[in-house]
Amino acid sequence: MAASSKASTVSRRTVLKGIAGAAGVMSVPTIIAACAPAATPSPSAAPSAAPSAAGSPSPSAAPSAVTGSVRFASTWTGDTKALRSVTDAFTADTGITVKVNEVDGPTFSSQINSYLQGTPDDVFTWFGGYRMRFYAAQGLLTDISDVWATIGSNFSDAFKTSSTGDDGKQYLIPFYNYPWVVFYRKTVFADKGYTIPKTLAEFKALGDKMKADGLVPLAFADKDGWPAMGWFDIINMRVNGYKFHVDLMAGKEKWTDPRLEAVFAAWKDFLPYCGDMAGALGRTWQDGANLLINKKAGMLFFGTFAGTQATNPADHDDLDFFPFPTLGTAFDSELGIDAPINGFLVSAKSPSLAENLDAVKAFVEYLASGEAQSTFLAENPNFVAAAKDADTSKYVALQKKSAEIIAASGAIAQFLDRDTDPAFATQMQSFLQTWLTKPDQDMTAFLKGIQDFWDSLGI
Amino acid sequence: MAARTNAAGAPRRRRRFSLLTREDKIVLGFLIGVPAVIHIALVWVPTISSILLSFTSWSGIGGLETIRFVGVDNYERLATVYPPFWPALQHNLIWLGVFLFVATPIGMFMAVLLDKNIRGSRVYQSALYLPFVLSLAVIGFIWQLQYAPEEGFINNVLGTNTERNLISWLGDRDLNLWAVLVAASWRHVGYIMVIYLAGLKGVDPSLREAAMIDGASERQIFFRVVFPVLRPVNIVVLVITIIDSLRAFDIVYVINRGRNGLELLSVLVTQNILGEASRIGFGSAIAVVLLVISLGPILFYLTRTYEEPS
Repeated sequence: MAASSKASTVSRRTVLKGIAGAAGVMSVPTIIAACAPAATPSPSAAPSAAPSAAGSPSPSAAPSAVTGSVRFASTWTGDTKALRSVTDAFTADTGITVKVNEVDGPTFSSQINSYLQGTPDDVFTWFGGYRMRFYAAQGLLTDISDVWATIGSNFSDAFKTSSTGDDGKQYLIPFYNYPWVVFYRKTVFADKGYTIPKTLAEFKALGDKMKADGLVPLAFADKDGWPAMGWFDIINMRVNGYKFHVDLMAGKEKWTDPRLEAVFAAWKDFLPYCGDMAGALGRTWQDGANLLINKKAGMLFFGTFAGTQATNPADHDDLDFFPFPTLGTAFDSELGIDAPINGFLVSAKSPSLAENLDAVKAFVEYLASGEAQSTFLAENPNFVAAAKDADTSKYVALQKKSAEIIAASGAIAQFLDRDTDPAFATQMQSFLQTWLTKPDQDMTAFLKGIQDFWDSLGI
Repeated sequence: MAARTNAAGAPRRRRRFSLLTREDKIVLGFLIGVPAVIHIALVWVPTISSILLSFTSWSGIGGLETIRFVGVDNYERLATVYPPFWPALQHNLIWLGVFLFVATPIGMFMAVLLDKNIRGSRVYQSALYLPFVLSLAVIGFIWQLQYAPEEGFINNVLGTNTERNLISWLGDRDLNLWAVLVAASWRHVGYIMVIYLAGLKGVDPSLREAAMIDGASERQIFFRVVFPVLRPVNIVVLVITIIDSLRAFDIVYVINRGRNGLELLSVLVTQNILGEASRIGFGSAIAVVLLVISLGPILFYLTRTYEEPS
């Protein structure tokens, strides 16, 4: 008995030792692997940084007082080449290297809070409006008012307002913007003898004609949730004016206001022209743009970036657009539109910022120049430059038209999800989809639900 | 007297009867301690912090001192002014119901058929198991192509791809949950089939033989003999099914970010915690609701597992 128990003890002990040894051996590679990411730069940063670093030795580097390098996070993954020509030109001028770190846009947005609190890059691509003011108020952005003192005269007051935080200081370098407009195909309008509608009555008459011709008048697509916000914005601005719109977005006006019932009532006039609503809610914006490009739909209300969907140059050349029709209200003359600004912010917590602050400021000052913006837009002609001194002579027809529409507008909003609290904007997409599915529901209850949700956010 | 004997005998007896030396104790302490620390750090700390956070309001920006205690406000808001909550709960339960009562039985049925050694059984097995190799996100992409309104295979076969009679499988909020469940079940069936098939292969053939000699029908053999013998497999399948339906997320997220009829609790947690919205406390409250629902099957599984030896 005793002997057998001793024997089993020995064997158990041996087994335990064996396990411990194995665990020890196995944990070694794990520890090494765990150390690796901290010791070496992240793999995603390395490949994108390499080309710009390689292009850095400038042949005729102008003498510059400022030296150093800039770390720059870009979510404009579709514009890699356009952005590189901008950074290369800057490096050639100043000898300051720019390390571009490309990141996926939606992923970047979903991690922005921890990104800005952790070890962000010096400069990153972002938006104007609430989405900038919020982070400025949290102390996560660097005040660039001193840069604005130099570049201020190069921007209109509207741009300056959009770049200013709640504390009155500037945080954004506006780079380009784009209006939300009604797209159409020139050949379709010419073939069928359609004319551009300026008022609601003309728009409805045209919509009826298109229906008779077997076209869906409006390519509406809201699977992504946000395109409907563009509709809400424009109709609210046309019905109630810009002031009411921004006050509503800021929570100074209530959603239970009867003026909002008027907005949804006016929106309802357009729904019969949007085709099958369940179909529209199942389409991405790209699907929607394709309906127009494939001549299945007559018009598309969208940001001008919808033009990127026409990859065939012949199709792209055939695209044209006009401003959203007036609705016969007191605010018709204001012509308020959404023209969201994309630009650059300087983070506050970047570990390399203190060392490179002068280089970073020189870089963003360059980005504020017409020269940098023209270089970029030469590669991507779907947007218009923010700076006054940008070279507009090389604009293609659609860019000229965008610039005209923006200039003609007396009030420019950003976009619902850039003008209001993000948690509210996220839920607003569902509210609008609910309404689009059942536009005849009890509007008092519907609007009260939105207001209750707003109140629950404690903004 | 007894005390004296004890005092004298104790050290000797301890040395004689202790099966573990000092070295053993260190090794054992290490082997138990390390997993315990990992377990506490990765399971208990997040769980308890989620529960604590669900009673607070926090934007996730700034230090811990910016966390504000708000009592049960989050739960109250969840139930009253947060429209997607009840639909999400309902969708999770529908998901669970479909997996339990449709997808899992189909998987079992396939396993029973393939267990009959019919010709080409390997081919069928591979074909049915293949979807499980794909992640749910990839399955979401694949089925989006099938369901696409104008170009999709399904609408073209049905001839419902024109504007007049269009069926919008993923855009119609009365339809899209079911369409997604078909896609998710496609994957689930293969998974259950493989687990079940392995179980069936392990059933002692003499049991069937005996039942057959006793004159039992095929149906009786399966339900009275084979099914009860597979009890351990059945429990695993049940738990897998429940967990898979509660953690469903990726497929609806790639389709429309979990909106417009595809709300799920997991999506609501993500929507509130990730991104700029960042309502950590509120999102945690939704996570706690999901946790409470998951506790049911977890407790069931644990009690069944520890019952086994007796």
